[in-house]
Amino acid sequence: MHKLDFFTQKRLSFGLFVVVLIVLTYATIIFTEYNVAKGFTAIPKAVRWATANFYPDAASLKKLPTILLKLRDTILMSVASATVASFCAFFVAILGSQTTRINVWFSVLARGIATIFRNIDVSAWALILLFSFGQSSFTGYFALFFVTFGFMVRVLIETIDEVSTDSVEALRATGAGYFTIIAQSVIPSCLPQLVSWVLFMIETNIRSATLVGILTGTGIGYSFDIYYKSLNYHAASLVILVIVLSVFAIEAISNRIRRAVL
Amino acid sequence: MPLLHIAQLSKRYGTDKYALDGIEFTVDTGEFVAIIGPSGAGKSTLLRCINHMIPMTSGDVFFNDTSTKALPAHTLRTHRTQIGMIFQHYNLVNRLSVIENVLHGRLGYKSTAAGVMGWYSTAEKQQAVEILQSLGLSDHMYKRCDQLSGGQKQRVGIARALIQNPKLLLCDEPIASLDPSAAKIIMDTLKDINQRLGITIIVNLHQVDVAMRYAQRIIGINSGKIVCDATPHDLTPTIIHQVYGSEAGELILDFGEQHAQA
Repeated sequence: MHKLDFFTQKRLSFGLFVVVLIVLTYATIIFTEYNVAKGFTAIPKAVRWATANFYPDAASLKKLPTILLKLRDTILMSVASATVASFCAFFVAILGSQTTRINVWFSVLARGIATIFRNIDVSAWALILLFSFGQSSFTGYFALFFVTFGFMVRVLIETIDEVSTDSVEALRATGAGYFTIIAQSVIPSCLPQLVSWVLFMIETNIRSATLVGILTGTGIGYSFDIYYKSLNYHAASLVILVIVLSVFAIEAISNRIRRAVL
Repeated sequence: MPLLHIAQLSKRYGTDKYALDGIEFTVDTGEFVAIIGPSGAGKSTLLRCINHMIPMTSGDVFFNDTSTKALPAHTLRTHRTQIGMIFQHYNLVNRLSVIENVLHGRLGYKSTAAGVMGWYSTAEKQQAVEILQSLGLSDHMYKRCDQLSGGQKQRVGIARALIQNPKLLLCDEPIASLDPSAAKIIMDTLKDINQRLGITIIVNLHQVDVAMRYAQRIIGINSGKIVCDATPHDLTPTIIHQVYGSEAGELILDFGEQHAQA
């Protein structure tokens, strides 16, 4: 009897979940006046337009050197923001981690800061920072910096607690001092994950930098914006192609580095 | 000569019930003491109060006739250098080599600069090599610790404790994660260290038969209180059942054989 109740209850709660999901979907469709049939039939039309217009032609290839120059700016900005932010994040993460924190209040503060920086989206940061720095590389750099910083503090806190709690205890028991423990136990234990996450953030930042560039008027995002708005779809598609290829290349490189480090 | 005197030691986590409640005993230089008791009895807490990895609530720990109740940070580090600690999960920095992990035992003696940079003297390196040879690990000296078996890792843990030149070894469940043959090697090693080097050993154990075979003295703890303090010879099944708070016949005990040997 008791067992039966348990399974009936589980089935009921799952059924309820499905009903809620359907009602929610239907309500939003009505509310936004979205026509499902029209939405799907538009896809072939979009594909036809893209194949007719959205491809690089000979004229647009002449713009390749300019585009690559902008791409270089974007990649450098992404790498710089990812590495510097991760470096700063490591110190805050040490204060935030249970294993290495100096006291509880620092830990709460560090986690709080990380949450704020992480949960404001990169495009929101870019818009906020536009007020301070205007349309310059600084805006994009700091927007990426803040988001990377927030994310890295969070993952590094988890990494430190997961990887080094035991060895930190052992070194504390030998009488080693705080900074010695960080240097001899925490850093060597976390290094592979640290490198891996920095590479991940570089990849993520290159993707975000494109979007941020549209807002801040810098880098490859800006090139895309200009070509697109001046109806030069061939050049705009070339920009997209260059971005995709560079993301693939960066990912391939970072996978190699990861394997070497682990 | 008493090396260690525990005086009315109590420990309370927050407002929970006492993990340790008025523990009092004395350990002489050269003794091999086993502490037995059910999980959660306070065995680990007791060991960690001796080297102040966990702050005590009340009472005192006298080491070499000196109170360690309110040690300033620097003196606390000196206190810890004299006490080696061995852990159930070995607590090594797995990504570092065996010899680096052994040398970590010297970090308690180092200044912050020397510790952070990992500067070890030739004499220290020489000693590390000798200890590894004596523990049969000379072939694995430059291997990474994550390539070792559990028994080998525990021997690295012992080497790290020995290079501290400790007066006392605290062993927290050193064989709980090991297979019987590796467990025997570890216990034989500890016995050898005790007899050959005259280092006092306190070891937490789950296996009553192992405690009876190796220790000169067995302290039984239940709910933070000492239930018995006897030589293996005086330990009767009745006392052991008291320690574990169980009825006769509820424990896996190989008792007749033990007494026949004794």
